[in-house]
Amino acid sequence: MSRHDAIVIGAGHNGLVHAAYLARAGKKVLVLERRHVIGGATVTEEIHPGFKYLTGSYLISLLRPEVIHELDLPRHGLEIMPLESTFVPLPDGDYIADWPDHDLTREEIARHSLRDADAYGEYTTTMKRIALAIKPLLDIAPPDPASTAERDVLAMRAIADRLKAMPRGDFDVLARLLAMSAADFLDEWFESDAIKGTRCTSGIIGTFLGPRSPGTGYVLLHHYLGEIDGVFRAWGFARGGTGALSQAIASAALAAGVEIRVSTPVERVLVKDGVAVGVVLRNGDELLADRVISNADARVTFLDLVEPKHLPDDFVSDIRRYRVASPACKVNLSLDGLPTFRSLPRGKEALLRGSIEIAPSIDYVERAYDDAKYGGWSTRPFMDALIPSLLDPGMAPPGKHVMSMFVQYASSDLEGGWTEAKRAQFLDVVIDTLAEHAPDIKSLILHKHINTPHDLEQTFALSGGHIFHGELALHQLFFLRPAAGWSQYRTPVKNLWMCGASTHPGGCITGAPGRNAAREILRDWSRP
Amino acid sequence: MQNLKVTPFHPRTSALMEGNQWRRWAGFTVASCYEMVPDREMLAIRNACALIDISPLFKYNVRGPDAAAFLDRLVTRDLSKMEVGHITYTPWCDSRGKVVDDGTIAKLPGGLYRLTAAESNWRWLQDNTPGFSVEIEDVSGSLAALALQGPTSRALLEELAGADLSGVKYHRFTHVDLLGHPTMVSRTGYTGDLGYELWIEADRALAVWDALTTAGRAYGLHPAGIWAMDVCRIEAGLIMLDVDYTPAPRAFTDAQASSPYEIGLGWAVHLQKPRFVGKKALQHERQAGSALTLVGLEIDHLAFARAHASLGLTTPYPFIPWRAVTPLLRDGDQVGYATCGTWSPTVKKYIALGQVAPTAAEPGAVLSIELMVDRARRPFEARVVPLPFFNPARKRA
Repeated sequence: MSRHDAIVIGAGHNGLVHAAYLARAGKKVLVLERRHVIGGATVTEEIHPGFKYLTGSYLISLLRPEVIHELDLPRHGLEIMPLESTFVPLPDGDYIADWPDHDLTREEIARHSLRDADAYGEYTTTMKRIALAIKPLLDIAPPDPASTAERDVLAMRAIADRLKAMPRGDFDVLARLLAMSAADFLDEWFESDAIKGTRCTSGIIGTFLGPRSPGTGYVLLHHYLGEIDGVFRAWGFARGGTGALSQAIASAALAAGVEIRVSTPVERVLVKDGVAVGVVLRNGDELLADRVISNADARVTFLDLVEPKHLPDDFVSDIRRYRVASPACKVNLSLDGLPTFRSLPRGKEALLRGSIEIAPSIDYVERAYDDAKYGGWSTRPFMDALIPSLLDPGMAPPGKHVMSMFVQYASSDLEGGWTEAKRAQFLDVVIDTLAEHAPDIKSLILHKHINTPHDLEQTFALSGGHIFHGELALHQLFFLRPAAGWSQYRTPVKNLWMCGASTHPGGCITGAPGRNAAREILRDWSRP
Repeated sequence: MQNLKVTPFHPRTSALMEGNQWRRWAGFTVASCYEMVPDREMLAIRNACALIDISPLFKYNVRGPDAAAFLDRLVTRDLSKMEVGHITYTPWCDSRGKVVDDGTIAKLPGGLYRLTAAESNWRWLQDNTPGFSVEIEDVSGSLAALALQGPTSRALLEELAGADLSGVKYHRFTHVDLLGHPTMVSRTGYTGDLGYELWIEADRALAVWDALTTAGRAYGLHPAGIWAMDVCRIEAGLIMLDVDYTPAPRAFTDAQASSPYEIGLGWAVHLQKPRFVGKKALQHERQAGSALTLVGLEIDHLAFARAHASLGLTTPYPFIPWRAVTPLLRDGDQVGYATCGTWSPTVKKYIALGQVAPTAAEPGAVLSIELMVDRARRPFEARVVPLPFFNPARKRA
């Protein structure tokens, strides 16, 4: 049997990025994927013939420019189209929109509040300045503040220096934002419900909290850390869907010599004398490697793939309380034509090419959370919809369209559990809510599909169905992700490493955990 | 009141214009960008299809017993193997071997050739006719032109024309039925992508535009202006008159004019042809060596971003190409100049075209270019790379 330098468990985007970096450093790398397709939750699937569904992630923003450049992803087929606009229909028949042009956006906001139109420019600049200051933290292995090791001490000092270099005003905004709720933060800037509604959604996406929950300020900032072509806060759509990004990364990995096996589920990590030496496949085969790197989330890795006897009890306790409850669902629709939104004025149809958000106010979103937090679902959910076929005609047959909708809140811990009936029932809730804004939607639907948190968990092996591999809450971020003392991609098992979104800097399509982990593991490997 | 000329599509293009972003092209008013920002127009070219009004091109019909011989003597490329249905892209030079213009020649049925050019070449063509029995007609005004460029262009055109276009190879043309009229469709373009150019009688221009935009809804069609096309032509490594070279008739000095070898068109100079304008000079240059070579440049965009971040600034990559002669240095000495540059959304790099001394033109050569960072000029690495920057298989497939 051929022995590998490294085995990566899971061909999600971070696993593939990680494998590509290791292989480029000369390592012999094998990636094992349990599904028949690569990409993990970064996948495009043709569930209804001719219509390409984004069954997991749907947009790109936080993908590190270094990953794009170093792996030369455009040469491997990646094309990213910036999303230009956001359209939010309002219940009173009006709407609010962000355009790709400052003057147009200002005009839209001024219809709702002249004061907010002035605040908008300053808010955007402030958020971008803060994002610029803290963005380099995405690319480091978080130092352990309790450690006296030289490397940790120096890294802590570098972070302190960076924070000190921020203008005092920005530092204060940052410090307060981290502790605040998105709603409180936005209240300080804006007066219009509609504007606060659209902006609060960045604070709750993928998060089982409402906009009035403390901690959502950080999530808001997290979503400002992205960029497309140097434009901060821009979101993009990969031609062919997010699956095309995974294909591009896989192509770069294969070109670097990585071997990828699909439909090859791993049963457990093989540990001998406290050292990871390979994996045992579900079919019983043993594969050996010098290093094993898990792209699975922390719960799957340490509660399913590693036998508890190999782990310290306190670490297992930490992982058990690692929060993965998730409210996020993914809905895809095949459409016979474009839906008509009641509040979209004639001549502004271009807005359908961007995000379509059902989030008319903070109260609306907070109520949607209230409905779900005791094990239920929103009677009127928050939605972030996209019509990918308007950007890339290849996503649907000519004249037809696909609609991708990110929906929350529906509890992963649904009272009584998720059943087929409840699944269908919640899908109806989603479509009914959409129909309040686009009445003809029901007559256009050729096929519909939902991934509930339970489906996301089953399909992608995401604990709780959590799209970020665990909540982006302050108590499990940075040097606390996934657990105190284990933020540098290492694990308590020697030669077992982590490279997924349960590690810093967390979820979204970033490639950062995969790249950071590769840097750490290669540094470790080069030691005598 | 005097007004700049408008193209036959102006009633439609002006209705689309959102931000009054017009420009001049060969004496015509054309769109730089219809929407406020050119992103969507650029993306349509690479991901769906775009409709670009290229009517300001100059178009000449050349016919008569000596039409083939006349054109073959005029241009640097060997036209002797051209057949009906072929299109040849070529430069043409003056007797100093300096490029007058570049364009395409199509061989139509019935001994008719059609030459397109960026500039008016009426006088140049007339001046070269002595000894040839040819008749030249300027059809620039009566013939409107549309470029339909992008991955879905073929499917759209096939649907509209009810024709199979898979047999129309790169740089070939055919006639298809559009709204009951035979219409010349050439597999040509200025974007480096799958695409076609449609040559339409001016009085049918609006009807064809309407038919294309209506049927185009199912194919992601989007009208695009010059900014979007300019990004794509730089990605495709295609040169532009007045930007990457000065046409010989308007150059003040020999040095200001360019030979085909200096602007990446050496492959289109067929010295084995018995006679053509500029042959002697070009033969000499071939032996003696050219002063400059066209190169593609990749500017270190991560360093550009870091330089901005160090000042607390986000990175202003140029989404609208710049056009300015900008020195290129090696070890402190100037070895040439860049002529245009842009952020390439397609390859995610900061790219530029330049002309440098042959000794500095090897792929991999690291040159230096000075770019503005906030309020100061800073040097950045500009690596010489082979052209084109982007060359999808679908362009020729």
